[in-house]
Amino acid sequence: MEDEPAVLIRDAAFCWPDGEFAIEVDEFALARGERLLLLGASGAGKSTLLNLIGGFLRPRSGQITVLGQALSDLGQTALDRFRADNFGVIFQMFNLLPYLSVLDNVLIPLRFSRQRRQQAGDAHACAERLLSRLGVAQNLHSRPAAHLSVGQQQRVAAARAMIGAPHIILADEPTSALDHDNAGKFLDLLQAETESTGAALLMVSHDMRVADHFDRVIDLTSIARTDGRNSEACCG
Amino acid sequence: MLRLILLSLLNRRTTALLSILGIAVSVTLLLGVEKLRVSARDSFASTISGTDLIVGARAGDIQLLLYAVFRIGDATNNIGWDSYREIAARPEIDWIVPLSLGDSHRGFRVVGTDAGFFTHYKYRQDKGLEFAAGQPFSDMFDAVIGAEVAAALGYGLDSRITLTHGTGALTGADHDNLPFRIAGILKPTGTPVDRAIHVGLPAIEAIHLDWRSGSRIEGLNITEEKVRAMNPASLQPRAITAALVGLRSPIQTFQFQRYVNGYRKEPLSAILPGVALSRLWALIGIGERALGAVAILVVMTALLGLVTTIYATLNERRREMAILRANGASPYHIVLLLVTESAILTFSGAVLGTMILYGLILMLRSAFEAGFGLQLTLTLPSAREWLFFVLVLGAGLLAGLIPALRAYRHSLADGMTIRS
Ligand SMILES: Nc1ncnc2c1ncn2[C@@H]1O[C@H](COP(=O)(O)OP(=O)(O)O)[C@@H](O)[C@H]1O
Ligand SMILES: [Mg+2]
Repeated sequence: MEDEPAVLIRDAAFCWPDGEFAIEVDEFALARGERLLLLGASGAGKSTLLNLIGGFLRPRSGQITVLGQALSDLGQTALDRFRADNFGVIFQMFNLLPYLSVLDNVLIPLRFSRQRRQQAGDAHACAERLLSRLGVAQNLHSRPAAHLSVGQQQRVAAARAMIGAPHIILADEPTSALDHDNAGKFLDLLQAETESTGAALLMVSHDMRVADHFDRVIDLTSIARTDGRNSEACCG
Repeated sequence: MLRLILLSLLNRRTTALLSILGIAVSVTLLLGVEKLRVSARDSFASTISGTDLIVGARAGDIQLLLYAVFRIGDATNNIGWDSYREIAARPEIDWIVPLSLGDSHRGFRVVGTDAGFFTHYKYRQDKGLEFAAGQPFSDMFDAVIGAEVAAALGYGLDSRITLTHGTGALTGADHDNLPFRIAGILKPTGTPVDRAIHVGLPAIEAIHLDWRSGSRIEGLNITEEKVRAMNPASLQPRAITAALVGLRSPIQTFQFQRYVNGYRKEPLSAILPGVALSRLWALIGIGERALGAVAILVVMTALLGLVTTIYATLNERRREMAILRANGASPYHIVLLLVTESAILTFSGAVLGTMILYGLILMLRSAFEAGFGLQLTLTLPSAREWLFFVLVLGAGLLAGLIPALRAYRHSLADGMTIRS
């Protein structure tokens, strides 16, 4: 299992229940520890693909294998646990629960995954260390998350995705709410952190300019065929 | 998880507090109605105690109870004085108190009896009658009035009153030739005694000297002096309405009851007041059930409000759910979160409501006791109250399931994307 790729997709097809959008992926692989940027225009299906990989959506056909585990072999409960153990997720914005402190936000994944709880060791110390390394000053840790700037919030979200050392970080346009300088700083930190934990990073974005932080950059259209209304993937 | 819920609730504290308050008020009402119901039943059941049997002319037990104790309705027949004397002489008898009904004063019933009434009439386990002022009758034309009569008519000691023949308000049917003096005023009891005017049996006889078979004999011109000059034997009653009986031993109750019911010289009945009281309560208990139903409806309304509140916040909390989902929460966690949330709100509401109720009882119980003769005790919740408490909690959990299931469907459909 150790030498299996982080993510492997073969001939997966999915379409939203309303039949408005379909996506087909013939072949896609993310190696362990690899940092991959997946580019695509808005509405191209990037988030849909991340949802499929994270097991939030199930393909109507084909195989998605994560860390050697075929997601289709897992029942709902097992899939939920598998996701909690192995994925860290960062959204575009509004990642944090506003009424929790910064530190409590970072600790959320540990509530749902025993494996990550064990790997984190002393949870508080671990969270503080991650936050400091991601440039969130100590005096902010006990503040309500709502008091932080967007840039700070994204770094807290990164710390949360990373806590307990999950194998894969899924990042859905995490820099699109940041200005160019902040986006660069954020990706520097993300790059350094994934390097030190060995996590694979799959980031989707429509922004070419962030490309130099990644091992590999591909375009969504090179691995996936997408279609609008009444596509073949939906009906055939 | 609990911390998460509490912090989330704290974040929405205004709506949370309103929900809690709504549930609290409804629980106060529910438990309050229950307490009042129990207290009303208890005080009703202890309207008369310490009396083993009530003897009257042959009648149903509820009818006999109604006129002998509650002074409602009239007796169809009397007990002859000879029969009364014969029964009173039985060895099983510890004490016996005659009751003679049929007159009134400004809407309040007059009870002819003897001084034994004030020592033997007991209510609420074995509370005896107490005098707020004055004493039992010592003179023939003395009257002792209940607390409500005194309060309603503004009478004090030595006030003079005249009685009215019959229980209606017939004009010209007054026994105005023989006025009475108020010799005693009783303390409130919460029983029909409060609404009665007690006079001696000879006085009842005296005011009826000029009455025969329901109409006044003109020209007899009875005066107080004439009555006082009469031979006491001629003021001996010919009949009474009922009698309260205390036996030497409660074991003899049924035997003595059979004796009275089988009395040869005239048809009589003896009833056990406790049994008759609970049968009567069962008859009038329908009001109590209606009250309970209203209280339950109020609780349901409050829970509906809770569901509405949680439901209404679901849309704005969709992001919260999606964040939790993306960070490892399963849809079951989401369900648990919302159900726990409504459980916390319901529980807090129920506890607060109970506390409000006990506070109210503490504050109002003397007023209740004085005003309605209802005794509200500050006891630990009864089994029934606990049951209500648990039922409210259960209903709160069920109510929480409604928004929880919707959130469950949301979170399955949303996945990690947040659609706002
Ligand atoms: N929950 C959903 N239900 C139905 N259609 C959806 C849903 N989410 C996204 N879509 C559709 O899928 C298509 C791709 O969306 P998305 O994957 O979010 O694109 P991207 O992330 O590249 O902007 C869009 O046409 C969108 O309308
Ligand atoms: Mg997207």
